[in-house]
Amino acid sequence: MARLTLDRLTMRFRTRRGETVTALQDISFEAKDREFAVLVGTSGCGKSTILRLVAGLLPPSDGRVLLGGHSVSGPGADRGMVFQSYTLFPWLTVQRNVEFGLRLRGMPAKERARVAEHYIGQVGLAGFEHVYPKELSGGMMQRVAIARALANDPEVLLMDEPFGALDAQTRSLMGELLLRVWGEAAKTVLFVTHDIEEALFLGDRVFVMTARPGRIREEIEVPLPRPRTVDMLTSDIFVDLKRRVMGLIREEALRMLDARRGDAAD
Amino acid sequence: MAGWLSPKDPIPRALYLTVSTVTVAALFSGWVLLAHSGLVRTEFLPTPHQVALAAVDLMKDGSLWDHIRASCFVVLMGFALASILAIPLGILMGTFQLVEAVIEPVTDFIRYLPVSAMVPLLILWVGIDYETRVAVIFIGTFFQQLVMIADIAHHVPRDLLDVSYTLGAGRAQVVSRVLVPATLPGIMDTLRITLGWAWTYLVLAELVAANRGLGYMILTSMRGLFTDRIFVGILVIGLLGLISDQLFKYLHRWLMPWSPKAG
Repeated sequence: MARLTLDRLTMRFRTRRGETVTALQDISFEAKDREFAVLVGTSGCGKSTILRLVAGLLPPSDGRVLLGGHSVSGPGADRGMVFQSYTLFPWLTVQRNVEFGLRLRGMPAKERARVAEHYIGQVGLAGFEHVYPKELSGGMMQRVAIARALANDPEVLLMDEPFGALDAQTRSLMGELLLRVWGEAAKTVLFVTHDIEEALFLGDRVFVMTARPGRIREEIEVPLPRPRTVDMLTSDIFVDLKRRVMGLIREEALRMLDARRGDAAD
Repeated sequence: MAGWLSPKDPIPRALYLTVSTVTVAALFSGWVLLAHSGLVRTEFLPTPHQVALAAVDLMKDGSLWDHIRASCFVVLMGFALASILAIPLGILMGTFQLVEAVIEPVTDFIRYLPVSAMVPLLILWVGIDYETRVAVIFIGTFFQQLVMIADIAHHVPRDLLDVSYTLGAGRAQVVSRVLVPATLPGIMDTLRITLGWAWTYLVLAELVAANRGLGYMILTSMRGLFTDRIFVGILVIGLLGLISDQLFKYLHRWLMPWSPKAG
């Protein structure tokens, strides 16, 4: 059971001037097994920090992360991650990249190749197995990164604005592809984005965050059926939800702007 | 906006080739004219013809090959020793702040010392045999390599390491399977650049009690006012530098076809 629980996660850090800043305050929620949960918020709200805490790449100041009811600390293969930046290993071919985690575990070559072939096919890159990343477009690299994370069979897939660096058209296609792959792989996903449309199109539940200190302001169920299709983007339910989330995010962005102005006036 | 002088814009290939050919030709004809004009005595500026004859002479009696062999040995030995030490140390220095704290202050101090200032000490400590010549090349390249390679390791993207952790790698695996390969193209570039620098220290190295080598040949030619031989020496050093540079570029493409710099 890949139930992911965030229990009062808090992150504080000290600035150079010696002040303590709270970046995240009491983040608590639970993503159910095989749920697609999305965190959406303005830039600087700490949503990416949440992913790093869950991945174990950063230790929280307070609170804990539980996976299937057991507390986790430090990074591990049970929580796979896809980053916004391109993180393929340039010296490995597509297939070797996808096999990276399996190799670390000592899986025999034949089995590795079989698993890699499956996931490379899933992300639509059959035929590119022996190509080096430098020959791939940004969208293709992110597809390989998704295949690499899934091939490692994590319990949870963490995604930090994976399509953030891609153009709008590629982005929406990638969203659909991700949903297809997710449907097959049946993983719990925690996805971070600042793109409201992307959040609502992908997620079962969307958590809207406040500006700093980051808190969960509102939890929104997306009642659209699966499989999701592009024409849902113009449905009344979708448009209403979008308007609501936009309002929330706008309030937070304004609050952030006012806070900055206050800082500047000091 | 187009034009031959708009910043960073490419110019036609034909124009590029023409301009570079004309420049080389102009330099060469400047030399020919100046040497033949009688404005400068040929003892100071030999004609290309004289230089060619000197080169043929030196090749005939076999001494040029001896000099080249001796110089290549010194340069490659000093360069190889420097690289063997600088690569692992540089990677450690750019990866672990603790190592950086140990090495950096010393390196930053030594890096700015002129190598020539060390020669008297080297003679006292190492002697006047080939070891001192190798040591000059070593000092001239090692500290530069160390800093450059540390910088390369330092700039390996953090996300590349982090993604490896999330794929199940431990610390040692992150270093050996991710960090080290990620630094290879940069290290290859550093080696190529510093091998060029190693050649520039050759004459200084052969100032010290050498009895063979291109630098030695240049120095002894000066005493007899054999300017043509000095020119031969300089041209050969330049040529050897050029060849080793091309060799490294080729090696880079051959060993690392995946490298973005391999073209």
